[in-house]
Amino acid sequence: MKTFWEKIWLYFDYRFKISDLAQLTKKKKVPEHKYSFWYYFGGICLFLFIIQVITGILLLLYYTPSADSAFESIQYIMSQVKFGWLIRSVHSWSANLLIGAIFIHMFSTFFLRAYRPPRELTWVTGFFLLLIFLAFGFTGYLLPWNKLAFFATRVGTDIVGIVPIIGEKLKTFLLGGKVISNATLPRFFWIHVAVLPFITVLILGVHLLLVQTLGMSTPIGLSDREVKEIPFFPNFVLKDFLAWILILGLIGILCVFFPWEIGEKADPFASAPPGIKPEWYFTFMFTTLKIIPSKILFIEGEKLALFGFFIGGLFWLLIPFLDKKAQKEEKSKLFFIIGLLILIYIIVMTLVTYFFPKL
Amino acid sequence: MKRKLIFIFFVLLIGGNLSGEENNCIKCHMELEDELKAPAILFENDIHREYGLKCNDCHGGNPSVEDIDLAKDKTFKGAPPRNQIPEFCGSCHSNPNYMRKYNPSLRVDQLSLYWTSQHGKLLRKGDTKVAVCSDCHGVHGIRKAINPKSKTFPWNIPSTCGNCHSNKELMKEYGIPANQEKDYRESVHAKALYEKKDLSAPVCNDCHGNHGALPPELTSIAYVCRQCHLSSSELFSSSPHKTAFDELGLSECEACHGNHKILPPTDEMLGIGEKAVCIKCHEVDSKPYNIAKLLKQKLNNYLNRIDLAETLLDKAQKSGVEVSEPRFKLREVNTILIQVRDLIHGLNIKEIEEKLKNGNKLLDEIIEAGNSALKEVKFRRKGLIITLIFIFILAIALLLKIRQISKK
Repeated sequence: MKTFWEKIWLYFDYRFKISDLAQLTKKKKVPEHKYSFWYYFGGICLFLFIIQVITGILLLLYYTPSADSAFESIQYIMSQVKFGWLIRSVHSWSANLLIGAIFIHMFSTFFLRAYRPPRELTWVTGFFLLLIFLAFGFTGYLLPWNKLAFFATRVGTDIVGIVPIIGEKLKTFLLGGKVISNATLPRFFWIHVAVLPFITVLILGVHLLLVQTLGMSTPIGLSDREVKEIPFFPNFVLKDFLAWILILGLIGILCVFFPWEIGEKADPFASAPPGIKPEWYFTFMFTTLKIIPSKILFIEGEKLALFGFFIGGLFWLLIPFLDKKAQKEEKSKLFFIIGLLILIYIIVMTLVTYFFPKL
Repeated sequence: MKRKLIFIFFVLLIGGNLSGEENNCIKCHMELEDELKAPAILFENDIHREYGLKCNDCHGGNPSVEDIDLAKDKTFKGAPPRNQIPEFCGSCHSNPNYMRKYNPSLRVDQLSLYWTSQHGKLLRKGDTKVAVCSDCHGVHGIRKAINPKSKTFPWNIPSTCGNCHSNKELMKEYGIPANQEKDYRESVHAKALYEKKDLSAPVCNDCHGNHGALPPELTSIAYVCRQCHLSSSELFSSSPHKTAFDELGLSECEACHGNHKILPPTDEMLGIGEKAVCIKCHEVDSKPYNIAKLLKQKLNNYLNRIDLAETLLDKAQKSGVEVSEPRFKLREVNTILIQVRDLIHGLNIKEIEEKLKNGNKLLDEIIEAGNSALKEVKFRRKGLIITLIFIFILAIALLLKIRQISKK
């Protein structure tokens, strides 16, 4: 005689083939070696994304996407809604931690050459996920409609306007006009909660499917003695879970001691506050544009810098196809140096933004 | 040939006209030195020149001829003596028909006002040391009063008047002090003018008049101050002080606030303290003395509560609690404080107490909100500690479990 719960299990197992999936998970192995620590950043990114989805949905209950009341609705969330301050702070902090975790995940993947065949598309989808999350950050930053966000967005969209041929049109599309106005906020909101999540689900789905299908890569040059395999379930999953709860604790500390501020309501007619800059993850590009000479030979400096970023981005995207040595399971010194220089450039320019703001 | 002659005729005609436009007064004076050259240089930026007037429009003569003797023809008036300067300028500036051509909105009563001023009265008596038009407006380099370089632009007026009134030697003859400009520069009005660049802040002429400048009489001081401080002046007029001041011959606002050196008013002026103005007249333990004491106590209590509310809100805000609503209420509390400080001029105790009651009611709400916000901070920290303990235990348990299964 089957119990009630067994009956339920059988009902769903018959339809969803859960036991087959569980069997597959039990068989799945993950390589473990001295660099395994970096694997967990992929899982951390996923965890932070889940937090973003949950807290974002909760914020939608009270947030009003209009220039007249967005700021006030955030004020209401922070002061009147039970645990509203926590939900909003978690959303803002984990957004920043997510971008940081994506950068760490990306560079660890790069230096471990995890992009080599057959994982080229995992790298490509990961690259697009980085761009999407940067777009999430850019559009989400404006939503509280505060002074800093307003002017930082103006700086950001002005940069978009510099792009040759499509720049002005793209800027007008983003802003819903020539300048940031009441039309901009609903547009950014639409991108933030509808367009980007839709694209994310598609690309993240492919990314995770590739990770699960192809398994995790083993770094080049490690001997069999240095690499052992551990079961994905429960060993790896438990380690992943441990990392997740530690991150949760960190978010809790940040939210209680440094709750995300609201600032002052944006006033489109006020003058921009001094030292305005975008969110930290855009500052390396921002500072480059700021310090580049206005003319280099006969080309406008800003346009040249944007072209440089475009070429750099394209190179980064195509790395799995360009690094021929990695395809042959060999380490390429050249690509290591290029990657290292890019990392140093990003870190130095970000630090310059904060330590030499008047540069 | 005929065509050539016609051409030469036109060249001569145009040349002649051009030479007619030339101002030979300027041309010659530019070649002279010091005080004879100065008018020519200064006239470059003169308002009269901007309106197309030339030297001869004031001084007569013929500027179109180069010969000095021909230029100083019978219409030539030269520079007027000091005692004739008001009439000299007034010949145009008091003529509405003439002034209308250049600036229809400009007043034409400057001369008649001048004769009513202390300066004008003394000039009529033959004292040529007193100020005449050129002392305040300059000579030849006269600019519109709205030009910041003008001697009569608000922030230049104290120096313009101070040219004479800060001259101890000169003022000694008239028996008046020479510290007005220095005192003014320390006043709240000067702070507004020079630090906040508030051009509506009063300068000398706003209280004394300009062309008809006179020291305000005792009874009219309140009316002078009233031009800007309407509410306080009206309250004062309705207060018991009004009659008392009139009877004692005290000069209303000035008696407590001073004249040129009007310092920013402080709450210390009220009450029975060292800096209090009330004790200048009221004897210890008299009824008004006790009222002053009571009012000061009530005001102090209100100020202390504002401080407390601000401290609470600052502390809560620094700890990350959103307190914009009580902060907004605090602005209302501060508005009430300004109203109370104003009401003190009327000495209507009932009205003051009613205002303070409303303010204190709001302060109760703010202080309560501030305390709740600080409680919220404690609650958040307690919640975090509990969560972190839970996470720590879970992490240890996970670590142990991972070790256990790793050994297998």
